Amino acid sequence: MRGDYINIGKRLPRVDGIIKATGEAKYAADLSLPGMLHGKILRSPYPHARVFNIDTSKAKRLPGVRAAVTGKDTIGFKAGGISVQGDEPYLALDKVRFIGDAVAAIAAIDEETAEEALDLIEVEYEELPAVLDPLAAMSEDAPLIHDHAPRNISVKTDLSYGDVDKAFKECDYVREDRFETAPIRHGFIEPHAALASWDHSGKLTFWGSKQSPYFTYRNMAKALNVPLSRIRVIQPYIGGGFGGKNEMFNVDFCAALLSQKTDRPVKIVVSQEEVLFAYRQRHPTFINLKTGLKKDGTLQALEANIIADGGAYLSIGAMSLYLMCSFFCLPYRLPNMRAKGYRVYTNTQPSCAMRGHGVPQSRFAAEVQLDIAAKEMGLDPIDIRLKNALKPGETTPNGFKITSCGLEESITECKRIMAKWIEERPKNGDPKKKSGIGIGCYGYVSGPRVAGHNTAGAVIKVHEDGGISLTTGSTDAGQGSDTVLSQIAAEVLGVHLEDIRYGMVDSDITPVDPGTYGSRVTFVTGNAVRIAAEDVRNQLLEVAANSLEANPKDIVFKDRKVTVAGSPDRSMPFSKLVKIAQYSGTGKTIIGRGYWAPEGLEVVNFETGRGNMSATYSFGAQLAEVEVDTDTGLIKVTRMAMVHDCGQPINEMLMEGQLEGSAIGGIGHTLTEEILRKEGQTMNASFLEYRIPTSLDSCKMEISHTETCDEVGPFGAKESGEGIQVSVVPAIVNAIYDATGVPFKRIPITPDVVLSALKGKEV
Amino acid sequence: MKKQIRIRINGFEYYVLIKPHWTLLDVLRDEIGLMGTKKGCDKGECGACTVIMNGEAILSCLVLAIQCQGKEVLTIEGLAQDGKLDPLQDAFVKQGAIQCGFCTPGMIMASRALLNKTPHPSEEEIKRGVSGNLCRCTGYVKIIEAVKNASTMEIIK
Repeated sequence: MRGDYINIGKRLPRVDGIIKATGEAKYAADLSLPGMLHGKILRSPYPHARVFNIDTSKAKRLPGVRAAVTGKDTIGFKAGGISVQGDEPYLALDKVRFIGDAVAAIAAIDEETAEEALDLIEVEYEELPAVLDPLAAMSEDAPLIHDHAPRNISVKTDLSYGDVDKAFKECDYVREDRFETAPIRHGFIEPHAALASWDHSGKLTFWGSKQSPYFTYRNMAKALNVPLSRIRVIQPYIGGGFGGKNEMFNVDFCAALLSQKTDRPVKIVVSQEEVLFAYRQRHPTFINLKTGLKKDGTLQALEANIIADGGAYLSIGAMSLYLMCSFFCLPYRLPNMRAKGYRVYTNTQPSCAMRGHGVPQSRFAAEVQLDIAAKEMGLDPIDIRLKNALKPGETTPNGFKITSCGLEESITECKRIMAKWIEERPKNGDPKKKSGIGIGCYGYVSGPRVAGHNTAGAVIKVHEDGGISLTTGSTDAGQGSDTVLSQIAAEVLGVHLEDIRYGMVDSDITPVDPGTYGSRVTFVTGNAVRIAAEDVRNQLLEVAANSLEANPKDIVFKDRKVTVAGSPDRSMPFSKLVKIAQYSGTGKTIIGRGYWAPEGLEVVNFETGRGNMSATYSFGAQLAEVEVDTDTGLIKVTRMAMVHDCGQPINEMLMEGQLEGSAIGGIGHTLTEEILRKEGQTMNASFLEYRIPTSLDSCKMEISHTETCDEVGPFGAKESGEGIQVSVVPAIVNAIYDATGVPFKRIPITPDVVLSALKGKEV
Repeated sequence: MKKQIRIRINGFEYYVLIKPHWTLLDVLRDEIGLMGTKKGCDKGECGACTVIMNGEAILSCLVLAIQCQGKEVLTIEGLAQDGKLDPLQDAFVKQGAIQCGFCTPGMIMASRALLNKTPHPSEEEIKRGVSGNLCRCTGYVKIIEAVKNASTMEIIK
């Protein structure tokens, strides 16, 4: 049930809005400490090479240099995302595996000296044959990137549900296509930055641009071989992450190690160019997809074979591949499904999670193929989706339990909007410009359980003037969760958003937390905040009942007041209540505590994949309208519509912002973005050559949500803004198909590709 | 090796010792301590370092400090007057035009320069005005709305 709220569902400005608008918000690179040194990282110029000897003696002799470190100065810890067995050393041990792999690091009195010292480090490499093509990487005679991985297979997944072969035989229509997605980047504007300060008592304090600071907290302890509780990770403001700032990176480790070596604080800020060639990317994929339908459009069977290029290291790749494969089960009813995937090592940047995490690739293929099938079968693309849309109460063959689900309503609303758009189309347009409309749909998680600890916690301290300090272990990388969580606390306690002060992660103080990924913060941490606020309310309830001479269950917390239900005159300000509570008897301290994780979720076996990984799923449908210039091949997305089921939105303005960002990002993924490499060298490691959308690419958006309310989510809320990334790309590709009659099977669809296709060439 | 320049920043006179290859961005951040101006790419591609110099929006990473002798620079920190936010800052906050906030100072300064020259910009003019400032979070929709709104607020004022 949706309630009568004073904070929830309102278009409230974000809690960090003013300090971000005035430039006061401090990001990692803005921080400094007295006596601080500056670090720089030396990176491999080769895609694949053995490292024999690293001589840092000349570098160390340069005036101003305070320390140089290499893999020999480490205990050899290897990171591996969420996997127990890692493969990625923070500084090269015996080999380098991509251009940009970290080899050594310098700390000096200033950045210029550190930079100069890098040139004085002498590294003896023996070049090895590089493996750059993921298909060639899997051949028996390909050179091995990691000794433990035959045929360079990093991870494999084989999911099979129902009787796929039999189902295909019974289909009226079967088609097979090969799809391809290019490597793309997260595109955050703030480069990675870290500041570390080691002290003689054996404690490390660390500030870094991390969207999931507790990943760094854990890995830092392991990599430095110090007890976990001696690592203190403090989170500054984060300049965007989108999955690319989850893991601890060499920049974080090197800052800490150099601080240990020098007894001085060390800051390392990597350049944007380094971000673009030496850190993470989204998995590029090849997807062979076969879909079978009944002649009325009922989906019967699907078979997928995926090869995902994982780059040089494992990262979080086991999860990525699993998601790519298992999310063929959403958002349509699919009784028979087989998805086989290989994540393959190559000598390129490692691939990791990125907004939508694996699902955008596979749903691009599935949604585009569905449109091709619909057209060939003479069915309407919207009707075919409506026919197969999952409904509340269904369970997918791999075990996802669908609870609240507004997919049908979303698609129906899109149908209405599409009809309106077709009506509005100019009648006598330029014949050289073809327009079209396409649809895409998605289902997504709200906080998947990916490892053992899935719990979020919250602590609320009440000040005696009625002000409230809220801390959780969750990080706002820009998505607005500090605000949303504050709104939840404010609603439970009946105060206003401006009464809440949100404290960011400090691992010494804030509750341990998995991190900001898988759209989990509003859903999981939001519930922890709700419980902590209820704890506070319960502590105050008795005092309020005594003071107002009423039954505790009749006390209402609203509008900075406590009131006896039905007697508006029996009331007192919230601040007065806190003061009474605080000073009654020998005094009380009002601190609320809450922690929460969804019950009954299984840790999914990534190789076989059965199990329910999320307590609820969000759904949505998306329309895109395009104009294709047949002379130049340029495609312009002219407008988009998004209708989604995010449960009860906590803050409609922030929710819209999430969708808009996801949608415009999707324009880039579909039309312009691709990391180009030549022999392992990134050729477009700059924002000038790697084009993310600008304001000129922005378009009109129609955003609405279904009237759904999730039973488990805090105030009925669930995922918003990440899932929609899944449907943006196929909606645009399908719109281009509608406009030109060409179903493009590789993204990005650049003007030259369009022109070739229009000339009838293979795409 | 260092040279002294005189530069006016946010209304205050500074005499700064600089190396000839330092950029205005480096001086603002590392010498003056104004961290609101962000270093996104350091080569003129992202717009995060946009400030206003003698009335023009410039990329402070592409201007050498030595070129700023006698110049007047306005950064994000100098925009609010007497504790009151600039209408653009206010609109960015209220319209939801800020997410991670890293591009925000540059975006607001580029918009400020636009509104100073074109007080009633069309949507197309706004889009062009901030097209050199990259933002991955917002999709620009609410940024464009905020600039539009601020321009109306200023007309009313």
